[in-house]
Amino acid sequence: MGRRQEIKQFILGNFLFTDDDSAFTDDTSLIQQGIVDSTGILELIVFIEETWPVRVPAEDMTPANFDSLGAIDRYLDGRLAA
Amino acid sequence: MCGLAGYLGDPAPEGAERALLERMIHTLAHRGPDGYGFHAEPGVGLAHARLSIIDLATGDQPIHNPARTVWTVFNGEIFNFVELRAELEARGHVFYTRSDTEVIVHLYDRYGDRFVEHLNGQFAIALWDGASRRLVLARDRVGIRPLYWTKADGTLWFASEPKALFAAVPGRAQLSVRGLLQAFSYWAPLDPDTAWEGVHSLPPGHVLAIEADGRETLTRYWDWTFPDAADTRPARFGDIEQAVGELRERLVDAVRLQLRADVPVGAYLSGGLDSSGIVALVRGFTDTPVRTFSVAFDQPEFDESAHQLAMVRHLGTEHSTLRIGPAQIGEAFPRLVAHTETPVLRTAAVPLMLLADSVRAHGYTVVLTGEGADEVFGGYDLFKEAKVRRFWARQPDSTLRPKLLSRLYGYLENSPAANPAFAASFFGQGREHIDRAIFAHVPRWATSRRAFAFLAPELRAQALQWDALAFAESRLPADILDWAPLGRDQYVEAKTLLAGYLLAAQGDRVAMAASIEGRYPYLDHTLVEFANTLPPSWKIRGLTEKHILRRALADLLPDDIARRTKQPYRAPDSASFFVGGKPLDYVADLFSADNLRASGLFDVDATTRLFAKARAGRVVGFADNQAFVGVLSTLLLLRQRPGAGIG
Repeated sequence: MGRRQEIKQFILGNFLFTDDDSAFTDDTSLIQQGIVDSTGILELIVFIEETWPVRVPAEDMTPANFDSLGAIDRYLDGRLAA
Repeated sequence: MCGLAGYLGDPAPEGAERALLERMIHTLAHRGPDGYGFHAEPGVGLAHARLSIIDLATGDQPIHNPARTVWTVFNGEIFNFVELRAELEARGHVFYTRSDTEVIVHLYDRYGDRFVEHLNGQFAIALWDGASRRLVLARDRVGIRPLYWTKADGTLWFASEPKALFAAVPGRAQLSVRGLLQAFSYWAPLDPDTAWEGVHSLPPGHVLAIEADGRETLTRYWDWTFPDAADTRPARFGDIEQAVGELRERLVDAVRLQLRADVPVGAYLSGGLDSSGIVALVRGFTDTPVRTFSVAFDQPEFDESAHQLAMVRHLGTEHSTLRIGPAQIGEAFPRLVAHTETPVLRTAAVPLMLLADSVRAHGYTVVLTGEGADEVFGGYDLFKEAKVRRFWARQPDSTLRPKLLSRLYGYLENSPAANPAFAASFFGQGREHIDRAIFAHVPRWATSRRAFAFLAPELRAQALQWDALAFAESRLPADILDWAPLGRDQYVEAKTLLAGYLLAAQGDRVAMAASIEGRYPYLDHTLVEFANTLPPSWKIRGLTEKHILRRALADLLPDDIARRTKQPYRAPDSASFFVGGKPLDYVADLFSADNLRASGLFDVDATTRLFAKARAGRVVGFADNQAFVGVLSTLLLLRQRPGAGIG
């Protein structure tokens, strides 16, 4: 399973309690749509750190990096590319 | 204290009225373990369960006027009964008891339905005027004591709790979709709605009169009101010192009145400013140590025992601490729900129920508490949060202002403000509602409403169509937008969380579960009226909450308590229902797929996933915790009342 799909499955199951893939798109704002709330961001980051070899520093915890599936995937592209 | 029940109509064959009233009032034995009283005549029945606090010897109810045409049953206390009685006696009224209740019938004889305006207290009253053949139901100004009613088969039934209504009309025990959606949005249905179809709650500050011809009139005699924004200039008061002095006098007087009892009175001591202030003021009226009680938690996130013990030492109280662990909360939760008879989103009321048990075991039946100070003096983070959000909304691109948010919610382990960049996003939500009176409550209600994800598809569709913001707005006074923003926020808080949840599930129901009476000096209506006129900047100064209250209590408290930032009372939520990763038996049973399906209320797949998440210890935020507790409490209601499902 690709990384993007793995993240999507986590978000679907952990925050929306469903496996309906059409529930949101790559560009959906997770915050605006109420999919992920404030503590949810922490859960998401814990999931990412447990699944991939990456530590997310505080300064990277921004909506630009985490507010959509696409953004998260691009952020991890950058972090894991090396 | 006490419970009341009764009916208007002729629902029982002659001779069977007493048995019917007994069936109703026995369900309220916890509210009144000291004896029952009845009055029945053609067309009406009144029943009372007594918790004896004033006039132990002759204060049994129902109580009547000298002509025996007016009868009343009442739950609560009329704190100014001494003064009222003196005035009435001076005008020739003759009393046959020493109770506070009796002033009600005399005031009614003199003032009709406006009797209620003379009362300073907490009360739910049912009064029968046999000469005019009319029934009057009344409730206190802020919602301390409950009063429910329903109509069935030509009879109007009323009682302190729905369970007494269901004893008379079992078919009435049907959950209401409307009530459920409100509970999952505002934490509790908004008066007069309840969790039950066809069951109404008399709103606080209202009188319902039913005439002989069946005509009903609902009248509001009091409401929280605030001055227009233009009127809150400090100049109106001279200076803050003058107001501090007056506030102090009023606090002393409220405590003096609320100490009136023929039994010993204790106090809760949470370790915060509010209850510490009450205990300090009580000490001014007694030479013996004040008897205080508190809860302590194993988990540091919830525990306040260090501050409690500091106050105990400072004031020399005789103190008892009840230590509570999550497992006890989970075990006692079904009993809580049986008492609240409404979905709850938090477990916080459970420790208070266990504390009430402990108070009783120590021989006390009355406690003063600090409840109400946050609503009256602007104590909640919600008010500060709204202040920051409004401030920031004027410059939405500012990167500096959101850092103020990190000063909020410092006490939370999984704090939304832990992530400044995200805090900015989250608290920026709802900006489009800035000009609406419900602006401050948008984030809280958005969080609670996440529980809608667990509703069965048809219900979820209904829920998504329902505009919770507009509905709440429809219950607000027409001129609320003329008030300063803090006043609006306080009003909405007083009418939603305070009346619907804090005084109800977390106040009256849990204390009464142990047959004890809670008293709330900060909710003395004359104190509330005074505080409501104060300038907002004297309540929240910068981001310091309850500023003027701190000033008024400063000389009575140690510095660190007087300066202490509010730590809201909370208890472990979903974690309370799992021990070592295993769910408590009843919880596993309620969340089984079969039971979820049979409930007809919840989406089996989504709810099962929520249960799995909780079981794995991964339910960490408010939204998931509230949804879990909300779903569990609703499933318990269904289990406790088979046949109560919707449709």
